[in-house]
Amino acid sequence: MSEQIEQALDRKYEAGFYSEIESDTFESGLDESIIRRISEMKKEPQWMLDWRLKAYETWLKMDEPEWAHVHYPKIDFQAISYYSAPKSMADKPQSLDEVDPELLRTYEKLGIPLHEQEMLAGVAMDVVFDSVSVVTTFREKLAEAGVIFCSISEAVHTYPELVKKHLGSVVPRADNYYAALNSAVFTDGSFVYIPKGVRCPMELSTYFRINEMNTGQFERTLIVAEEGSHVSYLEGCTAPQRDENQLHAAVVELVALDDATIKYSTVQNWYPGDEDGKGGIYNFVTKRGICHTNAKISWTQVETGSAVTWKYPSCILKGDNSVGEFYSVALTRGRQQADTGTKMIHLGKNTRSTIISKGISAGKSNNTYRGLVKMGPKADGARNFTECDSLLIGDTCGAHTFPYIESRNPSAIVEHEATTSKVSDEQLFLCQQRGLNPEKAVSMIVNGFCKEVFKELPMEFAVEAGKLLEISLEGSVG
Amino acid sequence: MLNIKNLHARVEDKTIIQGLNLEVNPGEVHAIMGPNGAGKSTLGYVLSGREGYEVEQGEVSLNGNDLFEMEIEERASNGLFLAFQYPVEIPGVSNMEFMKESVNATREHRGEEPLSATEFLKQAKEACKQVQLPLDFLKRGVNEGFSGGEKKRNEIMQMILLKPSLCILDESDSGLDIDALKVVANGVNSQRDSARSFIVITHYQRLLDFIKPDFVHILANGKIVKSGDASLALKVENEGYAFLGKEFEEVSA
Repeated sequence: MSEQIEQALDRKYEAGFYSEIESDTFESGLDESIIRRISEMKKEPQWMLDWRLKAYETWLKMDEPEWAHVHYPKIDFQAISYYSAPKSMADKPQSLDEVDPELLRTYEKLGIPLHEQEMLAGVAMDVVFDSVSVVTTFREKLAEAGVIFCSISEAVHTYPELVKKHLGSVVPRADNYYAALNSAVFTDGSFVYIPKGVRCPMELSTYFRINEMNTGQFERTLIVAEEGSHVSYLEGCTAPQRDENQLHAAVVELVALDDATIKYSTVQNWYPGDEDGKGGIYNFVTKRGICHTNAKISWTQVETGSAVTWKYPSCILKGDNSVGEFYSVALTRGRQQADTGTKMIHLGKNTRSTIISKGISAGKSNNTYRGLVKMGPKADGARNFTECDSLLIGDTCGAHTFPYIESRNPSAIVEHEATTSKVSDEQLFLCQQRGLNPEKAVSMIVNGFCKEVFKELPMEFAVEAGKLLEISLEGSVG
Repeated sequence: MLNIKNLHARVEDKTIIQGLNLEVNPGEVHAIMGPNGAGKSTLGYVLSGREGYEVEQGEVSLNGNDLFEMEIEERASNGLFLAFQYPVEIPGVSNMEFMKESVNATREHRGEEPLSATEFLKQAKEACKQVQLPLDFLKRGVNEGFSGGEKKRNEIMQMILLKPSLCILDESDSGLDIDALKVVANGVNSQRDSARSFIVITHYQRLLDFIKPDFVHILANGKIVKSGDASLALKVENEGYAFLGKEFEEVSA
């Protein structure tokens, strides 16, 4: 039976093509002059450059973290190019009609026809290609509601006060090695601002694509939800298939002020490398949100790509009665390694958090859940519930769970449940006896395992996530 | 329908089926009884193609096709259905989703259009009714948290939906109280017609009071040692397997 599972898992990476687009790419290497040039390319104000340089100084003094349950050769930070932008982006297009047709074709091939997206009301998109934002759709409609949705580079110019106030407020420059690096060299990303009391009229989404070789992508996303506002944001990611490893080190900061709700969903499908573990993206990401009184932040992630993942979307539950949620599906196969989970920091009274993590390991991969639940001394009546399930496919993979619990308040309640199961021969046999082929059977069993998380995704995305898992498992076009 | 000639099969290095012959014609119900370890369940697994059950020699044809040339799911699509003795759970996959995929895979194999959601739902509700399963079982995970009796009824519900030509019931009566047994038997009887055949594997004559067999076979040491009509089952009920000869006295004890 395991042979059949192996075949069923023998997938192809559908987003692995490269687009022939003329780009302005920096020579590889990192020093102060590179940071000055990035800032110059973006015509940034002095305060932004100073901010970057401070981050760079900090980074130089830091050591690369080695505590994660992942193994990879040391990254040569001088071998990476820190900026690449399509030439046609020199003057940023004002609408889709001005975007380079080759770029539009790239997104069409990825199943994201931008023109169609623009027609189908419902989702507004910011599209980031290598180091720059290519286009943001639906801006006028969002502006009517007072919602700001643009690239972070643009926000630095247009809304400097907002950016100054919030950038680095949740993930400080010195937070960790990769966050410091990102703060020094971040190139683009999305900025979202929802004014007081506004419910964002549509889903917002950003699509990240790494195209150029030896280029790192360092995006920075900042979402600010004012009092009583509500927003749902999605991100998707892909990259060409290459033999070299590429670095993706993003920082995402969420600010949910009193009574605000932010729902942040990710479908991550970076190139995972080949069967032997050659190539693939190193995905070292810092994502964190802060919840003020009665606010709620919900992270949902479906992770199927990347050679190495190091990612812990977290919530600081600062305000009383605030709520943090983390729903995650992480699928690893081949030689992929994922060390992912969350941190729920309960500071306020009656704060609540829920963690549902589903790890699926196949092939020779390693899948680790690492989570921290911290109950501060003032977190009276705080509650956490954690459910951490691992599903093993075949017998050459690994699943690991590292839950950390720190409680400094006797009235706080922390619950932790964990299970490990296998796709059993009996289950496969039952499915096949009912006429299903092994591929369909495995994907159905895996989808069933992930159901609790998929139901948290916005509807269009839930279908997409299910399909992505199916493709990841089947090796056929979905 | 089904023609088994001189079948030998083993599990790991132990030969369990040793020269079994059986012919099942359309519309017939064959009961297979026999002492523990005779190879009754093994026969069901060998026919359905379960991994680990290896055919050493012999031929089996199903509806004119060589059974051993087909994958498990092809056998299923060709009309072979196995009602499991211990149905396994598939958490998170609803009975409804599971059966819809299953029915449509079978239809596709036959070159038929997939059923519309409405039509499928109609048939599924009807099938649930026949085995007295409440409709919310369609929404629950496959066998997830079902009682033993509910699992058995769920198997028959699936059989009704899939409309197979050969149904193998592997101890569908084990662990059932008399009322549940009647429900299962009624479900099976509702599916009997001149084209559909059944192989009913059981330890107890009791089931055969409700599902009247055309033939009863006694399986021992991997082959059929005695065949007869329904009265043979009664004889087993009264006398045990001792009448087969001295060598079976022990195993029947």
